[in-house]
Amino acid sequence: MVRLKFFARYAELVGQEDIELTLPVPTTVAEVVRRVRSVVPGAAGLPAEPLTAVNLRHVRLDAPVQDGDEVAFLPPLAGG
Amino acid sequence: MGHTTREAISPAALLAEVASPGCGASCLFLGTVRDGPEDGGVTGIEYTAYAAMAGAELDRILAEAQRQWPSVRVALRHRLGLVSTEEASIGIAAAAPHRADAFAACRYVIEEVKRRVPIWKKELRADGSVLWVDPQGHPAVLGPE
Repeated sequence: MVRLKFFARYAELVGQEDIELTLPVPTTVAEVVRRVRSVVPGAAGLPAEPLTAVNLRHVRLDAPVQDGDEVAFLPPLAGG
Repeated sequence: MGHTTREAISPAALLAEVASPGCGASCLFLGTVRDGPEDGGVTGIEYTAYAAMAGAELDRILAEAQRQWPSVRVALRHRLGLVSTEEASIGIAAAAPHRADAFAACRYVIEEVKRRVPIWKKELRADGSVLWVDPQGHPAVLGPE
């Protein structure tokens, strides 16, 4: 099980901020993104290569994902 | 104290946090909500965050600044929630024995905040429209540290 988080515009697309997704682990962020875009309602509108974080750190799409990890989908950042 | 707040940012409080007898230079950066000629009547900005990660990333940025400029003291506050035009959305104070390090550390922190901290903003327009802001026009490419 992987915990997914969506924010800002992405949360509006998906209609919620928190989802739990069951998929074979260990896996990669890229595979999580692919699964999310194909099975989560509204998520097909997410970019194929979004900015992502695992357990509160920015990661690249080839980063590993373990059972229980928190994978966040981050729209383009606009802080400051 | 946390780095994010829903209250107005006090420049005096930030400067007081970094003040020290050994520091002869203090530098203050304020980012304020803008309604420029190209911005289309912005009355305010609603800031939202991935709170846990924003806090962790701000801690990492401040720790990096401390490692690069060991004599510099830095304090930062970022607003969340609704911020009206002309109000500060971010304040950064840096104090150092000499001005070069204070300016450098302050500049480092604001640039890294812009690049790395998961905060988003929705522009509220005078005509009632609302727009998510995408400063880059595309997702930033970021890697692990």
